Amino acid sequence: MNKPDFKILGTRPIRPDGLDKVTGKAMFGADKSTTGMLHARILRSPHAHAEIVSIDTTKAEALTGVKAVITGADFDDVESRATRYTMQNCMAQGKALYDGHAIAAVAATSKKIAGEALKLIEVDYKILPHVTDVDAAMAPGAPVLHEGVKARKLGDEVSGNTVGYYSFGHGDPESGFEAADQVIERTFKTAATHQGYIEPHACLASLGADGRGELWCTTQGHYLVRELCAEILHIDASQLRVTASEIGGGFGGKTTIFIEPVALKLSQKAGKPVKLVMSRDEVFRASGPTMSASMDIKIGMSKSGKITAGHAKLRYQGGAFPYQMVMMGAMSAFAAYELEHVQSEGWDVMTNRPKMISYRAPGAPMAVYAVESVVDELCQKLGLDPIDTRLMNAAKEGSKSSYGPTFKAIGLVEALEAAKAHPHYSAPLAPNTGRGVSCGFWFNFGGQVSVSMAINADGTVSLIEGNPDIGGSRASISMMAAEALGIEFDRVRTIVGDTASVGFSDVTDGSRVTFAVGIATINAANAAIKEMCKRAAKIWEIDADAVEWANGAAQPTGHNAGAFPPMSLAEIAATSGKTGGPIAGHHEGAPDKAGVSFGVHLVDVEIDPETGFTAIKRYTAFQDVGKAIHPAYVEGQIQGGAVQGIGWALNEEYIYGEDGRLQNPGFLDYRIPVASDLPMINPVIIEVPNPGHPYGVRGCGETAIVPPLAAVSNGVARAIGERMFELPMSPPKILKALS
Amino acid sequence: MARVVIFGSLRVHTEGLAEVEIAATTTRDLLQKLVDRFPGLDNTVKAGVSLAIDGEVYKEAWFTPIADDSEVVVMPLMVGG
Repeated sequence: MNKPDFKILGTRPIRPDGLDKVTGKAMFGADKSTTGMLHARILRSPHAHAEIVSIDTTKAEALTGVKAVITGADFDDVESRATRYTMQNCMAQGKALYDGHAIAAVAATSKKIAGEALKLIEVDYKILPHVTDVDAAMAPGAPVLHEGVKARKLGDEVSGNTVGYYSFGHGDPESGFEAADQVIERTFKTAATHQGYIEPHACLASLGADGRGELWCTTQGHYLVRELCAEILHIDASQLRVTASEIGGGFGGKTTIFIEPVALKLSQKAGKPVKLVMSRDEVFRASGPTMSASMDIKIGMSKSGKITAGHAKLRYQGGAFPYQMVMMGAMSAFAAYELEHVQSEGWDVMTNRPKMISYRAPGAPMAVYAVESVVDELCQKLGLDPIDTRLMNAAKEGSKSSYGPTFKAIGLVEALEAAKAHPHYSAPLAPNTGRGVSCGFWFNFGGQVSVSMAINADGTVSLIEGNPDIGGSRASISMMAAEALGIEFDRVRTIVGDTASVGFSDVTDGSRVTFAVGIATINAANAAIKEMCKRAAKIWEIDADAVEWANGAAQPTGHNAGAFPPMSLAEIAATSGKTGGPIAGHHEGAPDKAGVSFGVHLVDVEIDPETGFTAIKRYTAFQDVGKAIHPAYVEGQIQGGAVQGIGWALNEEYIYGEDGRLQNPGFLDYRIPVASDLPMINPVIIEVPNPGHPYGVRGCGETAIVPPLAAVSNGVARAIGERMFELPMSPPKILKALS
Repeated sequence: MARVVIFGSLRVHTEGLAEVEIAATTTRDLLQKLVDRFPGLDNTVKAGVSLAIDGEVYKEAWFTPIADDSEVVVMPLMVGG
């Protein structure tokens, strides 16, 4: 694809949401209140696994100020098994499946009274054996959380907690291992981590006895919220209007519901609006972290560095309900390489932990960490340059991927070459310092979108779309609208509409929004342009086919069209009331061809031999994004992904006690990296256009969390001369390795 | 006929075949014919699949045209964060 001459794309206009956010004007989930509103609190299980024998809410209901109390018994069954699990995750029915599982909820005139009422609820539990480790949960004889959900194809070698099995690959790995000069097989473990969004889950709900409701909430997908809540509460989707607030981080963690049906049910029972805000403790214990993993990786390599075969076995635990996510890890594990012989297998396993939900490139970071660690160890053993070796094996256009499809244009080679040529790669290293390299990959998706664009009489443009903005999409969508229409960026304002304002849109996930909403925006703009050309043709009294759109104006084209000066968008809009009424464009669709994305990260780590502390000294991240619409936001995505991956590598982990209770449900004990912990993360944007998008866009939000785990681990291995096989590499573990 | 590649763990439903040939004009047509030939795939197809057609990934797009010489890879329905 030739690089087009863009006027707006690739510039860095001021962020349209910036002023509201820095001045505190932006309205987040917990910021909305209304007259007569009640406050809700949730009683949560102190046990990892227990039968709920009985719940007595009498005393709580009698407390002055309490207006409604609900339990799992207040929710009728639903037809869909998946929705039933979602509902039972929001409010337990029959069994408490993890520490923090919701047991009952209270709505009262104040948060304090609601809290007092929780203490008056009497729950009789029968404690059951629990399991929180993936390998233990998968072993025959483990306590089983749900009967009858074991994956059909699996035998007695695994427990009933094993709910999924996937296998991908091609060729004959065994013959590839025989042809290798060096084969390394290792076992890795990674901890469950949390997305660490700063804003807790929060909502304000109002639902009447007539089934009509309003819901304000922080979410990555308000249409999904509407559909799930409508199904759970047995109301029509059209009667529940859901508005997405500004969002204080999501990273995949807000792609389902945790509290919304609870607040709606309380509201319906009390006859008043109900506000429900999770505490940080609740966010850790009862929202959706990512999976922990146990993985076996075997890779063979020739002396020259050619990978002869790879085999991955991935076991992920995803908490207390059936889920499907290990497949994404199995598909991602070897995606960076063009391999003749490759197989990756994965098992999904339930444990007594909160049900996992997506976390940025879900399933990929841990699998790629394990594979990239073994590739790095092979490079060390064989005395090979880690980037040259990756270049020798890199997937490129025409490569058959390890998960099946043949790649179209991709930018892994370009990213590796940029990393090799970067001054970072050749900079000298200080004592106790090591340099790590890793590749990373993410699929990126399309999916359903709706966009409505109005051409206003003053020549400005109002655009409504249905995807919450979690990474700058309002700016990028406005920019693509301006580019397509040929007008200035500040003439366009994009807002995220509520579920009654614009058509259905899938969740903001999969790095899909700039890609998919971008295509819908361009199509909506083209529809508006067609109408504007028609209006100009009417005014000029020529055929509509004799008018074209260029540089933000209608222009006559062809010899017989006549010599009229261009008529700008603003001029056409100004007379729209007299030429046929309002001018608008809209598009509803489900774009595909999202285009995969690769990244390469370089990191220098310094180890303090006395404390085992790892300092990130220098970090450079290279990523193919297709086309960076607003480079500053793209850089922010790359930086954010890198920082979250660094936290996963060094500090972050869910720690469970022998009693199955979470030991560190707070930011003091669950340590995420903050700005003062890190140097500048240097993002380097690579642009290999995606042929599936008019402007070449690929998703960019997720790939950047994939390489840091192995990049940091590889740096640590080279700094201390010992390789570690478990994340996080916290100081005690590094000290142990050093000793 | 299109060459249809089946991901590994689905091969228990295709008599172990990694690739099959199906004459189909659209993805919906292809999936129906695949299920007709291998009924064990029914649940997976009903639950939703992603398809890579000549390297381009599609999610539940029934009417995407398939050429006679297309390579179609059947994959699990993918989700993101």
